Amino acid sequence: MTNPLLFDFTVDKKTKTVSIIREFDAGLSLVWDAFTKQELLDQWLAPKPWTCRTKYMHFKVGGKRFYAMVSPEGQERWAIQEYTSITPKTNFKMYNAFADKDENPELPGSEWDHTFSEENGITKVCITIYNESLERLERILDGFTQGMKMSLANLENLLATLSVK
Amino acid sequence: MRRDIFQAIADPTRRAIITLIALQAMTPNAIADNFHTTRQSVSKHLRILTECELVKQEQQGREIYYSLEIEKMKEIDKWIAPLRKIWETRFNQLDQVLSTLKKKKK
Repeated sequence: MTNPLLFDFTVDKKTKTVSIIREFDAGLSLVWDAFTKQELLDQWLAPKPWTCRTKYMHFKVGGKRFYAMVSPEGQERWAIQEYTSITPKTNFKMYNAFADKDENPELPGSEWDHTFSEENGITKVCITIYNESLERLERILDGFTQGMKMSLANLENLLATLSVK
Repeated sequence: MRRDIFQAIADPTRRAIITLIALQAMTPNAIADNFHTTRQSVSKHLRILTECELVKQEQQGREIYYSLEIEKMKEIDKWIAPLRKIWETRFNQLDQVLSTLKKKKK
């Protein structure tokens, strides 16, 4: 199935900014909730086979969200976000940093800006992520790529075991 | 020490050097003329870029010319594809969440 909704992904190395624009076939309130409510975020934020687990989330300026991306093997990668600006159903900004399991952030992190708008029942979300360090971006990738490789290896092992029987 | 390409582009001066020599091969002196830093500092950046195999040197008479390894630059784009993939997967999941929510509201 091809998705007729807009998806635009660009990386500007000079400004160290990743820009993502995506349209959703849903009203603004719903999409806003999906980005700002813990129980909804946990349902989609982790690209499968990873899962997302939020320990706590206080969606208000100065509030924080402490969560982990959990690999299929159960390995946890913690991160902490602090909301720096919120304009309900229009925009929110946050500072995201990797952390250890005791909530100690690893700096530098990245600055995230989300803008929401609705037209004819389609909601457009524009995200810009500014990364002080490009190495950090690479690390994010490494983690996921390794996770995916590992789950593929698991599958291979499983298939090998099954075919022996 | 093996350096990687991201170290090469992590520095603003090095990015400027890359932009300069992308247009034409240049000598270290000609490159240094474009910056308000010392010749030594430019040499250091050129050394790092060479170690990352992002630039190559060519001797022409008494001068050494530096030029860009275009193929190596393409490596930078390789990691963009998986990052894009992560967001695609994520948003497809969000599509499903939203569709479920919409049904519940009806």
